[in-house]
Amino acid sequence: MSKEQILSSDGIPLEQSLKKAERKNKLKAVLLVAPLFLFILIIYVFPIGDMLFRSVDDRMITKMLPKTFNAMEKWDGQDLPDEPVYKGLYEDLTYLKQNKTYGKIIARLNYEKSGFSSLIKKTVRKINKFEEGNYKEQFIKVHKRWGQPEYLVALKNAAPEWSYAKYLKGVDMTFDQDRNIVSVEEDRRIYKILWMRTLNVAFWVTIFCFILAYPISHLLATLPMKYSNLLMICVLLPFWTSLLVRTSSWMVLLQQQGPINDLIVWIGLAADDNRPELMYNVIGTFVAMTQILLPFMVLPLYSVMKTISPSLMRAGKSLGGTPLVSFVKIYFPLTIPGIGAGCLLVFILAIGYYITPALVGGASGSLISNTIAYHMKSSLDWAFASALGTMLLVGVLAIYWIYNKLVGIDNIKLG
Amino acid sequence: MALPNHTPLNYRIWHYVYLTFCGFVFFFLIAPLFVILPLSFNAEQYIHFSAKMLALDPEGFSLRWYEDMIYGTKNPWGLATKNSLFIAFFATIGSTILGTVAALGLSSRHMPYKAAFMALLISPMIVPLIISGTAIFFFMAKVGLAATHTGIILSHIILGTPFVVITVTATLSGFDHSVTRAAASLGSNPVNTFMKITLPLIMPGVISGALFAFVTSFDEVVVVLFLAGLENTTIPIQMWVGLREQLSPTIMAVATCLIVMSTLILVTAELLRRRSERLRGINR
Repeated sequence: MSKEQILSSDGIPLEQSLKKAERKNKLKAVLLVAPLFLFILIIYVFPIGDMLFRSVDDRMITKMLPKTFNAMEKWDGQDLPDEPVYKGLYEDLTYLKQNKTYGKIIARLNYEKSGFSSLIKKTVRKINKFEEGNYKEQFIKVHKRWGQPEYLVALKNAAPEWSYAKYLKGVDMTFDQDRNIVSVEEDRRIYKILWMRTLNVAFWVTIFCFILAYPISHLLATLPMKYSNLLMICVLLPFWTSLLVRTSSWMVLLQQQGPINDLIVWIGLAADDNRPELMYNVIGTFVAMTQILLPFMVLPLYSVMKTISPSLMRAGKSLGGTPLVSFVKIYFPLTIPGIGAGCLLVFILAIGYYITPALVGGASGSLISNTIAYHMKSSLDWAFASALGTMLLVGVLAIYWIYNKLVGIDNIKLG
Repeated sequence: MALPNHTPLNYRIWHYVYLTFCGFVFFFLIAPLFVILPLSFNAEQYIHFSAKMLALDPEGFSLRWYEDMIYGTKNPWGLATKNSLFIAFFATIGSTILGTVAALGLSSRHMPYKAAFMALLISPMIVPLIISGTAIFFFMAKVGLAATHTGIILSHIILGTPFVVITVTATLSGFDHSVTRAAASLGSNPVNTFMKITLPLIMPGVISGALFAFVTSFDEVVVVLFLAGLENTTIPIQMWVGLREQLSPTIMAVATCLIVMSTLILVTAELLRRRSERLRGINR
């Protein structure tokens, strides 16, 4: 059976020429997206990859003690190693001493096993007096710890170029001498508390925002246009106002001599000389973050509620449902997409919040972002900051993925 | 919202409880902003309402903190304002151009992997700023752009584009493509069609995206904290530094100016939104 081919005006089969046109259109669309895509790839995605890389990068020590680790490859890690390891160590340390860079390895090795600090310092001090040959004996003579296998095992443990030790530190775990993963001592467990607090604050801020936003979104969606537009300003003005302005207004309100405390004293809930601390603790973080993130809950809820026809509730009532039943069975289920969108958006924003907790949170109200900033700017442990950042990023991207599945990222509404 | 006369009492009570609650929430949203206004006119050096202010005595008010903001020698607000405007201006231009062009591609029905591209291009809005700041800092330090205006502008373009992409794709979703085909059939080339037909029609979306990008850059503090040197200080950075030391009336004065600015931006954005809704109504 021969099928007659439809030809376009220039004699090319129509199917072929259509495909060609489609390809051209596709290429056009891709070329339009390409500049922004490449820009984001180079200045954003690639640097985030670099951050990931930094969090596991542990090559510094390998680079500084190359000969030692080279010789150690032949050592089984049981008894004391043989002469070549000590010879390598002698050569490496001599070189580091000449360049005065041995300080860097001390902190790294001390993390592996405490006691390395004095060991390295003493050895480096005396290394000039070493004679050629029989280094093992001379090392042990300088410090007896060079004769204890656990120190050499610890040294060998530092050899791999990649390490997830920073991630373990981020959840209060560490390696013990035998490379088992154990929890750190109880009084040094700070990061688990911090993660829990961050999740807690994000969770409760989301809940509070939802409770406050639901009724007003409903009101905005059901009021006649001229009133709702006016009230919408109450939502949009904070939304457009600088975050620092809003945070500073909370600092004014919550301070010890501030209006809210004045009110508490005036009502008689607290004595004038015993005003409660509302700021620099977790209360301040809660209140300020709830108010600041509230518009992000109202806007998606409002845009969903706006589409729900009022006749549905009337139909519910006419069929004999009480307002409560009609609400629970008809209205509420229809708003669930908006609830999902608002809650996920607020939760994502809250979990990475930095400025507000830093200003009104104090020590007990600071979140994981504040710790990342501390390690970036103060302690300069960039690898650890990167590890914490990566952990936070994975969490946020997981929620983002859910958001995308449930709501669709192109359904985000702004203003 | 008047209730019908026959409404039973218990529903009536519920209704008023609901309205009171809503009133409380609106108050909670807007009132904190208005605390700042009177305090910026405080004649005294403290951040609480003095007895004279509460009595509305003119002596309790003054413009000294505005004077301090503009002429004060210790406060580099002048430099900060200049930097903020400079950075926000170029970041807005960059974001708007890149975002609009990308939105045109994303709205085309021929675009492959649309959802994946969209998710990637919007991600800078979702990823916590502290992570973006850390990553961008590593990059800018590596290429030697840390503590430069260029570095900050580039990172603000990244943070601003998602807003432009979202608003412009939203506008384009109601766009009638037959008008561009009509232009093409009348012999217009694609660039001409875009400039004369498409762009004027999607202008409200582009401008509201640009407003978002401008505000994002103008308010942004986390990334600038990582990138800025002393020369690159911006208004948010100065506020951040000031707030960490102590609350000063000068900061209240600056905050008041920023509130006035955001009110103007809100009005512009609202007008644009209504215009674009009207336009979309006509297109359908």
